Amino acid sequence: MAKGIWVVVEQRDLQIRKVSLELLSQGRKIADETGESLVAVILGQGIEGLAQTVSANGADKVILVEDEKLAEYTTGAYTSVLNKLIRKEEPQVVLTGNTAVGKDLFPRLAQRLGVGLASDCTGIEVDSSSFMVFKRPIYAGKAFEFVSSTVRPILATIRPNTFALGTPDAGRTAEVVKETADIDAGDLRAILKEVAIAASKRPELTEANIIVSGGRGMKGPENYVILEALADVIGAAVGASRAAVDAGWKEQKFQVGQTGKTVSPTLYIACGISGAIQHLAGMGSSKFIVAINKDPEANIFNVADYGIVGDLFDVVPILTEEFKKIVG
Amino acid sequence: MNIVVLIKQTFDTEAKIVLDANGKIDANGVNLIINPYDEYAIEEGIRLKEKLGGEVTVVTLGGARAQEAVRTALAMGVDKGVVVSDPAIDTSDDWANVEIIAKAVAQIPFDIILSGRIAIDDGASQTAVRLAEALSVPSVSSVIKLEATGDQLVATREIDGGTELIEVALPAVITAQKGLNEPRYPSVAGIMKAKKKPLKTLTLADLGLSAGDLAPKMVVTKMTLPDPRKAGIRIPGEAADAAKELAKLLHEEAKVL
Ligand SMILES: Cc1cc2nc3c(=O)[nH]c(=O)nc-3n(C[C@H](O)[C@H](O)[C@H](O)COP(=O)(O)OP(=O)(O)OC[C@H]3O[C@@H](n4cnc5c(N)ncnc54)[C@H](O)[C@@H]3O)c2cc1C
Ligand SMILES: Nc1ncnc2c1ncn2[C@@H]1O[C@H](COP(=O)(O)O)[C@@H](O)[C@H]1O
Repeated sequence: MAKGIWVVVEQRDLQIRKVSLELLSQGRKIADETGESLVAVILGQGIEGLAQTVSANGADKVILVEDEKLAEYTTGAYTSVLNKLIRKEEPQVVLTGNTAVGKDLFPRLAQRLGVGLASDCTGIEVDSSSFMVFKRPIYAGKAFEFVSSTVRPILATIRPNTFALGTPDAGRTAEVVKETADIDAGDLRAILKEVAIAASKRPELTEANIIVSGGRGMKGPENYVILEALADVIGAAVGASRAAVDAGWKEQKFQVGQTGKTVSPTLYIACGISGAIQHLAGMGSSKFIVAINKDPEANIFNVADYGIVGDLFDVVPILTEEFKKIVG
Repeated sequence: MNIVVLIKQTFDTEAKIVLDANGKIDANGVNLIINPYDEYAIEEGIRLKEKLGGEVTVVTLGGARAQEAVRTALAMGVDKGVVVSDPAIDTSDDWANVEIIAKAVAQIPFDIILSGRIAIDDGASQTAVRLAEALSVPSVSSVIKLEATGDQLVATREIDGGTELIEVALPAVITAQKGLNEPRYPSVAGIMKAKKKPLKTLTLADLGLSAGDLAPKMVVTKMTLPDPRKAGIRIPGEAADAAKELAKLLHEEAKVL
């Protein structure tokens, strides 16, 4: 009998990533529906305090693996530990976020386990024959495929912002199990020399609830301050089109689209962006799209829920003032 | 330095997606390109060769037209091409594809394997890292800067909100992210030369595999197209009035603020 639904919880500097909490919240629902238990697995150093957070967010059981070699994520060490743990405990399903870590870790883990992997999923359906069916965007969101696994465990990475956060219940308690890290020497061949996290008070693009994005219509790098002012009023992230990135106005990491980040925020505000198919590929699954563009024919208006035909340099500063009134 | 570059032929980014009578993606009339991320991998492979000497071989697993993609890579400056084609790959999954590619790559001496970070068709982002595991070598994914000496790589990898610097001994697998370099266009001379470069075609049987070895771990149960997004409302009026109205709608109607 396979045991449980696992969520591999991602933490950085002892902060649990939002997508991990989203997965615990959804995992709780699936566990209740299928009668499975929900297990949170956390790797790192000094992580004991996180057990409480994950149990408040729905876990029945927490597996903690503490080791100084796990303090920072590395492909090898994390694969080594999870592979052994999964072989020992035989969970039905192992989920994690489709983050930089998830995308690097789960393919290697799946290959070592000799199983499949449903990557970058935007939906999970419980299914009587295959246990779970995963929905995944293909062709940059221009189609979806539904996949199921013929073997166990089932591995999947889930796109951030797919599932809603639950309300933590501080009264919940979970069984906490500590496992020792048994890392094969062969898994330590790539050496992490340095982690550089850009200091930013804004949320990460792929996790953000609201994104304000600027394209070629911004005219130059100096003008992004008006988008940043707007973003900071509503706690948004700032993004850019490829035209703006290729012009050197914004760094690559801000690019949204086919060759940039795929985002699905609740609200995407596109300023001076024409709405090329490759841009829409990265943000077309946003819940609400706002377009501010001076060209009434711009393609972005064909997908926007709310559009303003106008000069962004006039509209955005006023919008910022209006948002201030609303959020106080 | 022996360099292997994995490339995949994909639909053009402009391609409209339609489903055929069987509910599968219809490739009829679609313009095919080299997966954009693989162009960065090809370019990096050629630059490594230019700097350190050696040979660059592209390997692709694909259909009847995959040779075109390999020819383009040869015209860019790659030395050799290998195409694996077999009807069995129509239903293979990421795991099976890697079993096949691993066999093909194992026939080529390699110090470094380069690939794209993701294929824009299946969006799997699995092949290269799985291959590294299948070949028991380390990997660094989503690389935006690479420095190579004879036996070691220093790679800068993009992570959420920052970067990591990773040092790895060869052999190793690297997946390319946009920003790694600016891919060159094939020159006319390059296109002429490409015609004479070696291009090998292999089937599963040539690799000692049969369809029976490749029973998929993942199966596609159905495909659908998204509901098209509809144009919403255009807010009329001068900038000030329109902005005011938009804020109100986002707050009261969409309830996102
Ligand atoms: C393989 C491939 C991959 C690609 N990947 C991506 C990707 O990941 N992301 C991406 O974004 N693109 C990508 N592209 C590029 C894409 O095709 C477009 O070229 C790009 O999205 C255009 O960016 P833009 O909308 O900012 O610029 P433009 O298309 O030039 O549009 C600028 C818009 O700003 C408006 N404007 C100008 N001034 C003002 C003003 N004062 N106020 C209001 N509006 C104004 C104009 O009316 C216009 O609509 C890719 C292309 C290819 C071939
Ligand atoms: N069929 C294939 N043949 C050769 N290389 C491939 C193939 N599929 C994927 N790759 C390589 O693996 C990368 C990631 O692909 P994917 O895992 O499908 O997202 C691509 O950018 C290619 O470099």
